[in-house]
Amino acid sequence: MEATGRERGQAVAGRRTAQAVGKGALEYEDLRAFEGRVAATAAEGKDRVNEPMIRHWCEAMGDTNPAYEGPDAIAPPTMLQAWTMGGLSGNEGRSAAFDDLLGLLDAAGYTSVVATDCEQEYLRPLRPGDAVTFDAVIESVSPLKTTKLGTGHFVTTRMDVRADGELAGTHRFRILKYTPAARGPARSRSDDARKKLRPRPVVNRDNAGFWAGVAEHRLLLQRCRGCGTLRFPWLPGCNGCGGQEWDTVEASGEGTVFSYVVMHHPPFPAFDPPYAVGLVELAEGVRIVSNVVGVPCDKVRIGMPVRLEFLRVDEELELPVFRAVEGGEV
Amino acid sequence: MKAGEVLPPLEVPVTRTLIVAGAIASRDYQDVHHDAELAREKGSPDIFMNILTTNGLVGRYITDHFGPTAVLRRVAIRLGAPNYPGDTMVLTGEVTEVEFGDDGDTAQVRVIGKNGIGSHVTGTVTVTVPAVPATPALAPAPAAPAASAVSEEGSPS
Repeated sequence: MEATGRERGQAVAGRRTAQAVGKGALEYEDLRAFEGRVAATAAEGKDRVNEPMIRHWCEAMGDTNPAYEGPDAIAPPTMLQAWTMGGLSGNEGRSAAFDDLLGLLDAAGYTSVVATDCEQEYLRPLRPGDAVTFDAVIESVSPLKTTKLGTGHFVTTRMDVRADGELAGTHRFRILKYTPAARGPARSRSDDARKKLRPRPVVNRDNAGFWAGVAEHRLLLQRCRGCGTLRFPWLPGCNGCGGQEWDTVEASGEGTVFSYVVMHHPPFPAFDPPYAVGLVELAEGVRIVSNVVGVPCDKVRIGMPVRLEFLRVDEELELPVFRAVEGGEV
Repeated sequence: MKAGEVLPPLEVPVTRTLIVAGAIASRDYQDVHHDAELAREKGSPDIFMNILTTNGLVGRYITDHFGPTAVLRRVAIRLGAPNYPGDTMVLTGEVTEVEFGDDGDTAQVRVIGKNGIGSHVTGTVTVTVPAVPATPALAPAPAAPAASAVSEEGSPS
């Protein structure tokens, strides 16, 4: 059985590797052929269940459960998989089918891997001295799926873990082999450099006056010629009266933090989280979204006085930002 | 215990040390769990916690609450938003079902671990708490130690 699986897997992998050069599509049937194939037979855990590994695990997890120490200690049940891991020296006693399947997915470009599911049942506790053996089978390979991480196939394996020959637990494990989203392998250096720049503003005829002001280090607000209402950001018409005639007023630059968020995730290449994004209420009454600088992001507070300044972000881009006023803590 | 019982939350600071220590303690040497540079090459912004550590933390959360006599029967978890360094994961749990048996009460506990970017883990744990023996000294630990574990976890070492 196992030899058949290995031969077939290798044959398929070889054929697909050749095709992958020509960007050949991976047939789902070739992947499904691995379902039911043996991934490991009577493989042996590298170490018997032992106190030092249990202690190291408990230290890492911050687990102080007294059941895991002393003369009657059991291993934490959730350690089940740890006893089957190959570690740095790799796995022996595993069939080639699982490696072949992963190789096939690698060759098709699904090179990244992430574990997504783990289901374990514990039938009897593992105790120091127990010799661990395990059998595993490839339970299923999913059709191509698109996830937040990227596009790829889920591979589910099921393992029986034995202690001194007696079934101690079962372990179902699912991984996603995928091509990372929005990170093509053929990304060029110039793409990398561009990615590190902040996004460019979209300048159009409705807001060109604003950016012309920024270029002169003036923060310009629009004022409706009909009703005199100030508005920001720049818009073609007045929110108050609908009037389309307007002129501009230069903001004094004084303001207070009306609200803010601190950005932690997701990180963008041009930004260095955490950083504060403030909604600043200008003295003139309108509000503007910008960075609050000159103060640690966790010290930004609602009501904090801030003052306009202009930040040269890179050769092409300058932005209005707001610096916390010295001694102006709320 | 009864259905609807809510477990006190456990706050786990996701330090770089925890991620690496958990990976090594679980014998998982995948580079994405200890090498930030290689993790980035693989499209991840940083190293992230491995599933075995999450599994261990979920197990700990349950036994912290139900005490050292509690027997874990089954732990099934699904991962979502990764646990990156600098984040905090807050584990919460709720008993959804209790079955009373001769050897004790067996509860299904729904566990959720949220971090700053979303839901890191959702899962179900089956745990049996043996019937309280006659000797009070052997009674299952009350919920209080779980609360103290929170503050210990919170202090950096």
